[in-house]
Amino acid sequence: MAIDAATVRRVAHLARIKTPEDRLEPLAAELNGILNWIEQLNEVDVDGVEPMTSNVHQPLRLRDDVVTDGARVDAVLSNAPKSADGFFVVPKVVE
Amino acid sequence: MTDNTKTIQGRTGPWELVMGLEIHAQVASRAKLFSGAAVGFGAGPNEQVSLVDAGFPGMLPVLNKFCVEQAVRTGLGLNAKINNRSQFDRKNYFYPDLPTGYQISQLFYPIVGEGVVEVEAEDGSFFNVGIERLHLEQDAGKLIHDLSPTESYVDLNRAGTALMEIVSRPDIRSPEEAVAYVKKIRTILIYLGTCDGDMEKGNLRADVNVSVCHPGQYEKFKATGDFSHLGTRCEIKNVNSFRFISQAINYEARRQIEILEDGGKVDQETRLYDPTAGETRSMRSKEEAMDYRYFPDPDLLPLELEQAWIDGIKASLPELPDDKRRRLMADYGLSQYDAVVLISEQAKADYFEAAAQGNGTGRRDAKLVANWVTNELSARLAADGKDFSECPLPAAHVAELVELIENGTISSKIAKEVFDHVWSGEGSPSEVVEKHGLKQVTDTGAIEKAVDEIIAANPDKAAAVAEKPQAIGWFVGQVMKATGGKANPAAVNDILKAKLGL
Repeated sequence: MAIDAATVRRVAHLARIKTPEDRLEPLAAELNGILNWIEQLNEVDVDGVEPMTSNVHQPLRLRDDVVTDGARVDAVLSNAPKSADGFFVVPKVVE
Repeated sequence: MTDNTKTIQGRTGPWELVMGLEIHAQVASRAKLFSGAAVGFGAGPNEQVSLVDAGFPGMLPVLNKFCVEQAVRTGLGLNAKINNRSQFDRKNYFYPDLPTGYQISQLFYPIVGEGVVEVEAEDGSFFNVGIERLHLEQDAGKLIHDLSPTESYVDLNRAGTALMEIVSRPDIRSPEEAVAYVKKIRTILIYLGTCDGDMEKGNLRADVNVSVCHPGQYEKFKATGDFSHLGTRCEIKNVNSFRFISQAINYEARRQIEILEDGGKVDQETRLYDPTAGETRSMRSKEEAMDYRYFPDPDLLPLELEQAWIDGIKASLPELPDDKRRRLMADYGLSQYDAVVLISEQAKADYFEAAAQGNGTGRRDAKLVANWVTNELSARLAADGKDFSECPLPAAHVAELVELIENGTISSKIAKEVFDHVWSGEGSPSEVVEKHGLKQVTDTGAIEKAVDEIIAANPDKAAAVAEKPQAIGWFVGQVMKATGGKANPAAVNDILKAKLGL
């Protein structure tokens, strides 16, 4: 799997990570290095082996349908660059 | 099964429609899918938001067991396969209503697999719609655009609310079928109590995938399962009323036909229906083509369900609409039409059954009860904007009214008047009949007296009846008028015939 500069640009855009043009080629080389390294895993035959999701088999933790949270508008908005009347305020977005 | 396929005549020939629907149904639960914040409508901005919903660093989602139960219950109600093992994935995209930058959904291993829904078409025939899957996912927040000319306001109260996405197979062939399918799903969800079905609040909404093809292509697709026989589809997002579903499909089909007939190509894209303009519009520019980069959510282990738990839910299912329809037809001898009208609302069917069981005086004429419930009573409730669960009239009153008609105490015509009084709270039908003196006159002496008087006053008309027997209708009307509508119509007819020598 070879990553080129165009792919890096696209992935960076999708992830909203600002990447200067002169960094695209070096990043592509670094990512290819990582991917090639990971590709060694393909040498292992995992046919019929269940993917491991945790080192100890345990069920997904579930919660009862009870309201235990909310009514903390100040905390929710505490990181907002801008807010008003309990709302987050962002630059206009209209589809 | 009759063919309800819609054909649209284009300039170059006929076209057919093919549709598949994705219905988003909000799970009826108290708390959100992965947090303990409340689900609901009407709270102040961001009051029903936990730090999980707001996407704060380090917050971990914990799955709501009841939402899982609701999804399983719905799957069982859709005759679908429940997957004992499912998994949650992240669907990545950036939008201000999605604070985490990803929606937790189930792409690869949904909780519910294939099923089938029986839907009644307008002409009374049935068609089946295949269900491809049902999965659990989070809803997004809400953007408000009209509070500022240059900014959007974000309310995350809805963010993280559990949704069931129900994906159908492309088995739907006309706008009418699409509407009938959504209505059926809505009815099933309400019966199951897994979604309140409130479309005005957006608690049930549909994405409609529309494509067009030449006649014959759909059959090739059905035979081979090869989608290349079908046209390119466009997805119309978030249509939230039955009327708009139908309008959006009609517009979109014509738009695609025009493109194709002009020698163009339909682009696979997401579109929005604008009810004001009556058209669909492209939602996202092509350069922004979505790549959601799905991957399993590392915060959540696979969801494993024990068969015994699923069986327990199955055992607790209420009677579903189709079973109820069959039972009402078999037990009460109702027509399919009446049964379908009654089951459309669970409370309406319950009301009918209570009334048909009678008021301690034995079963009543089911057909008559069904007529009163589906006509007069439904109309009154609709006029007051109520449904049967809020019906102010006890079912026993309808039973009593029908009993009075059955035993000849009142005529069906007078029954309407009795109903008016009962509806306005004047008491039970018997009390109303007593109070207003509405008992049917079966005393032949009184009727004979009225008949004699009318014949005596109208000798020319009486003579004419011999020539034209239909003219008896005029006499019946006069007698009814003279007796205040209370005379037994059959008795009036018999006496008139005898006196007029017919």
